[in-house]
Amino acid sequence: MIAVTACLVLPLAAALAAIPLGRRAPRLALVAAPLILLAALAVATEIWRTGPAQLPVGGWLPPLGIALVVDGLSAAFLLTGAIVTGAVVLFATSIFSTPDRETRAGFAFWPLLLAMWGALNAVFLSGDLFNLYVALELLTLTAVALVALDGRRETVAAAIRYMLFALFGSLAYLLGVTLIYARYGALDIALLRILAEPDAPTFVAAALMTIGLAAKTALFPFHAWLPPAHAGAPAPASAMLSALVTKASFYIVVRIWFDVLPVAGNEALAMILGAMGVGAILFGSVLAIGQERLKLVVAYSTVAQLGYLFLMFPLAGSGGEAQPWAAGAWNGGVVHALSHAFAKAAMFLCAGLFAEAIGHDRMDGLKGVARTMPLTVFAFGLAAISLMGLPPSGGFTAKYLLLTAAFAGGNHFFALVMLAGGLLAAIYLFRPLERAFAKPAEGSDITPIARWRQAVPLVLAGAAIALGVFSAVPFDLLRIGRADAAQEGLE
Amino acid sequence: MSGALGHSATLFALTGAALVGIGLYGFVARTHLLRRVLAFNVIGSGVFLFFGATGFRRPDLGADPAPQALIITGIIVALSLTALALALITRYAALSGRSSLEDEAPDDEAPDAGDERGGG
Repeated sequence: MIAVTACLVLPLAAALAAIPLGRRAPRLALVAAPLILLAALAVATEIWRTGPAQLPVGGWLPPLGIALVVDGLSAAFLLTGAIVTGAVVLFATSIFSTPDRETRAGFAFWPLLLAMWGALNAVFLSGDLFNLYVALELLTLTAVALVALDGRRETVAAAIRYMLFALFGSLAYLLGVTLIYARYGALDIALLRILAEPDAPTFVAAALMTIGLAAKTALFPFHAWLPPAHAGAPAPASAMLSALVTKASFYIVVRIWFDVLPVAGNEALAMILGAMGVGAILFGSVLAIGQERLKLVVAYSTVAQLGYLFLMFPLAGSGGEAQPWAAGAWNGGVVHALSHAFAKAAMFLCAGLFAEAIGHDRMDGLKGVARTMPLTVFAFGLAAISLMGLPPSGGFTAKYLLLTAAFAGGNHFFALVMLAGGLLAAIYLFRPLERAFAKPAEGSDITPIARWRQAVPLVLAGAAIALGVFSAVPFDLLRIGRADAAQEGLE
Repeated sequence: MSGALGHSATLFALTGAALVGIGLYGFVARTHLLRRVLAFNVIGSGVFLFFGATGFRRPDLGADPAPQALIITGIIVALSLTALALALITRYAALSGRSSLEDEAPDDEAPDAGDERGGG
């Protein structure tokens, strides 16, 4: 499985090489990105053909060694991450490429982006709780630095606030890992699946890890850092942060709950996660409606959309017996994470293009952009369809599965919240779209944007739609090596 | 497992737990950013001490070296996070002249509380 190694080595090596290359780093990124995308594609096809794989690093088997593990879930996230990051690399070459002079942001962006890519891949491929911790911290380091990239006072403050939540999250997670080691003497996910028992230390460890990861995912009520951080970062960085960085910690929660410790799946804890998800959907959506800056609307929408992901845990059921709708909830949550990654990355890139064209990102400046930038408005609209959960998008498929699971399991309240969330999303996304199609204001000055740059978010938004149209493909991929708990419900 | 009780590893574990508690108080109750970074390091030390103690949870088998290797990795991670946090805080202090975030009241006992530029 040389492709698995390439997924880790290529981005990290490119990140290191980008530092001495300086102004030539964008060209390096343009070479490295297709290679990493190919590696991710190779991993996914290999898994598709031969099933889940385990790669003991250096030939050392767990529990002594650390294994890299690829199954359908990791391959799906790996591929989504590669497509989004590849698009961001292409998009960013037009912003952070300064062949004539070296700028601080232009110099720092490329090593950070490539190291972030490496950290994301490391999260998706790790088969070991401590390895996940290290990968997650590398991700946090690059994410915080990207938030502070433009160095203004507000963005540095946003980065510090993000950092404080992240520090708390990493310590809570590490404490949970320590408790697991104290109880079982193992950190390998496959081993823990066999060893785990439903006792107090296991439950406390699972709760600590979940809380820490929820803080890093910006799940309500830990969301306060997200809007200023995601809205203050440059557009390509915002796209990475909202689309992928929040998903990496969510991915670990899914791994812990369904793969590592399904026995710790406690109904009360699952309901708390569900309640936090409900809070996120309602709170994030209502606040998104009131924002006057486009990037803040999109950022608050991320707060809301992350809420749906955590509904997966109560909806997967925890009654003790096999539950036919558990697979639906699990699939729904994961497909929601993937389609939100595509749609939100597209939306932040669109917001970046709008801001560049009109010179600011206040909503009132959007009047008439549909005439001058039809491609970008189209991409924004497609992404909005997926976020609202309208057919035939990936967002629709995900919400449909979650809703079915909610009704089948008798959780009508969660179903109502999801429907309300879709309606609220329609309201907060209608506001920018309504302005885009309005008559242009007198004397409005719009800088023209190159067509290829407008095509980049369109491709991402198209991917979010394609997830719904060709939904059989992600489902077949996700089925490979899926944990039993994901099919039968948390025990 | 009960054999481990009464062993000195228990003392280490309890000390680690106490450090986590002390650090957590500082992290939540203080708004001075440097104090919060210090509190983060106190919690981190507590977790590492606890982790180290787990290496001796089966005295009949001798010390388990794996936690030590993991602690070293953890210390490097904590060091990197601390370095980034300090760099950000220094930059923020230079830009705003503040030692705590804007919507949080500065600590009463913070030595530079008197230097705060009002509001901001």
